[in-house]
Amino acid sequence: MLHFSPPFAIIPPVPSRPATIGGKRNELKGSDVSIEGVSKSFGTFTALRDVSMVIRKGEFYSLLGPSGCGKTTLLRIIAGFDDPDGGEVSLDGTSVLNLPPNERHVNTVFQNYALFPHLTVFENVAFPLRLKKTPNATVRSRVGDYLELVQLSSHAEKMPAQLSGGQKQRVAVARALINEPSVLLLDEPLSALDAKLRQHMLIELDAIHDKIGITFIYVTHDQQEALSVSDRIAVMNAGQVLQIGTPHEIYESPATGFVAAFIGETNMFEGTVESVEGTMVAVDVTGLGRILVTEDEPPAPGSKASVVVRPEKIRIDTERPAPAKRTDINFLEGSVDEPIYSGSSTKYYVRHQSGTMLKVIKQHANWSDEGPEIEWKDKVYLSWSADDAYLLGAS
Amino acid sequence: MRVVKGRGFSRTVFFLTMGFLFLPLVVLIVYSFNSAKSMSWGGFSLVWYERLFLKERNVWKAFENSLIIAVSSAAVATCLGTLGAIGVNWYKFRFKKYVQAVAFLPLIMPEIIIGVSLLIFFAGIQMKLGLLTIFIAHTSFNLPFVFLMVLARLDEFDYSIIEASRDLGATERQTLFKVILPVSVPGIVSGFLTAVTLSLEDFVITFFVSGPGSTTLPLYVYSMIRFGVSPVINSLSVVLIAGTVLITLLARNFLKYIAQK
Repeated sequence: MLHFSPPFAIIPPVPSRPATIGGKRNELKGSDVSIEGVSKSFGTFTALRDVSMVIRKGEFYSLLGPSGCGKTTLLRIIAGFDDPDGGEVSLDGTSVLNLPPNERHVNTVFQNYALFPHLTVFENVAFPLRLKKTPNATVRSRVGDYLELVQLSSHAEKMPAQLSGGQKQRVAVARALINEPSVLLLDEPLSALDAKLRQHMLIELDAIHDKIGITFIYVTHDQQEALSVSDRIAVMNAGQVLQIGTPHEIYESPATGFVAAFIGETNMFEGTVESVEGTMVAVDVTGLGRILVTEDEPPAPGSKASVVVRPEKIRIDTERPAPAKRTDINFLEGSVDEPIYSGSSTKYYVRHQSGTMLKVIKQHANWSDEGPEIEWKDKVYLSWSADDAYLLGAS
Repeated sequence: MRVVKGRGFSRTVFFLTMGFLFLPLVVLIVYSFNSAKSMSWGGFSLVWYERLFLKERNVWKAFENSLIIAVSSAAVATCLGTLGAIGVNWYKFRFKKYVQAVAFLPLIMPEIIIGVSLLIFFAGIQMKLGLLTIFIAHTSFNLPFVFLMVLARLDEFDYSIIEASRDLGATERQTLFKVILPVSVPGIVSGFLTAVTLSLEDFVITFFVSGPGSTTLPLYVYSMIRFGVSPVINSLSVVLIAGTVLITLLARNFLKYIAQK
């Protein structure tokens, strides 16, 4: 049996976040989870291909990717519902692969809640304790504590069928936590809730994580969810891990075009590196011409590369901006093809004269903002700083 | 009952329906305690119950036959129907759609056709008519009822609760007894009880496939009525009603009990 213990030196410390409830964040509990070269296929479909990651004690760790990327399979392997074809999964350095689900110190919040329909809320939460023949008085106080944690004390005697989606979710969380697992697995727990409730539950989950301090592994396809609560995110696609990093790293410096496109919206232009001066790279983009990008490790001139810039980094004006003193600003002209109003911001699809489309997001004005409303077919001037764009190698 | 204004019409309909349903039963119960043989009231008496319990040997013999057939055919139909429902629900196979459609056929087919066809079948294979042929006939018409009732339950079954149970620390055995059975037993039990009821009351099909010495209760009651309505039938009916109510209450409590266990 392979025992993998993480070489501690190369792992940066957990980024600390302020506690959402209570004064100071509790001491970190839970387990380190290490996944080493895990592969899994179902028939001819490869769900996971040599996946490795180290999830640290007390971390809120998200597995993010489109459906079918293997994130749920990985979660099921950690929980013990599926066996990997190869590789190793260990908690605190001890392999768990030979343990059935009921002997792993890991509990799961299921996507569809999976509440027992024949038991009351109280008995659902008490289920793990009843299995261990816990004395009644202990059961009552423990279940009471956990129902209070998820704010369901007044619903203890209801049947699951009488609960709303959000309440079922809370029961599932309380039930998964009552065994005091060292790792909580959450399989798209919010996907069945409406948008507003989802926001609310997300904040609550975060608060519970801060209070309990165990390792959370959170599977989601919703980049917004992952960005807002995670300590770190592993972005997955087609059974492989593409990038692991903090939300900031994932958003601001995606490792691949897929990550850039999956996490938030993005503009991506392919081109050839024309010249390099220090960290300033000029890229010849077909149609758009010369685009400047700053890059710490610039590629060699002549190589293929893609320029990536987030839509909110692009400034949009109806009048030609005054010639900038800075030399690192990219200017383009175009006309608005389609404005999409979405409340606090508007997204513009801008067509460059070459036909290339650019996405631009403009936050709506407050009192300090001026300038006319930008309408359909308006001629607009786009500008962005070379610092706000980045380069991806040819893929 | 809470009286809500403007609900006069629905209340009228409610009472008319209840009256229509239960008035005949009330009349029957009252007359079972009548000392006179005719429809005129001759005073309260238990004479017909005495007669039923002490003299009418044949009623009890027929009742015994009915019970044997009801319980055995319901048990076999429940086993086969449950297995069939599990098979249709869990597995994918060719002709699955047709199997489900064919299962409905006996429900819509007139009983008399089933009875005649079974009779021809038994005659064809030269099987002697008796308890065994009634048992076979009842099992065959009970099967689709159980199958469809259990199937309806299984369609609602959320398989992730099995994983949830294992995840929360239950062994496979504990999962079977604390999760799978309690959730699916109500469907199976109600299928069984329906089968028992259908079998107990069946007249038409039984009439075709019964032989000498295999008279069931409905057949016997029918033969009694041919010689005029005997008040013994009233008392027998009351006993049956009481028995049914008792069993229904017991079944309800039993289901509640396993739900809480």
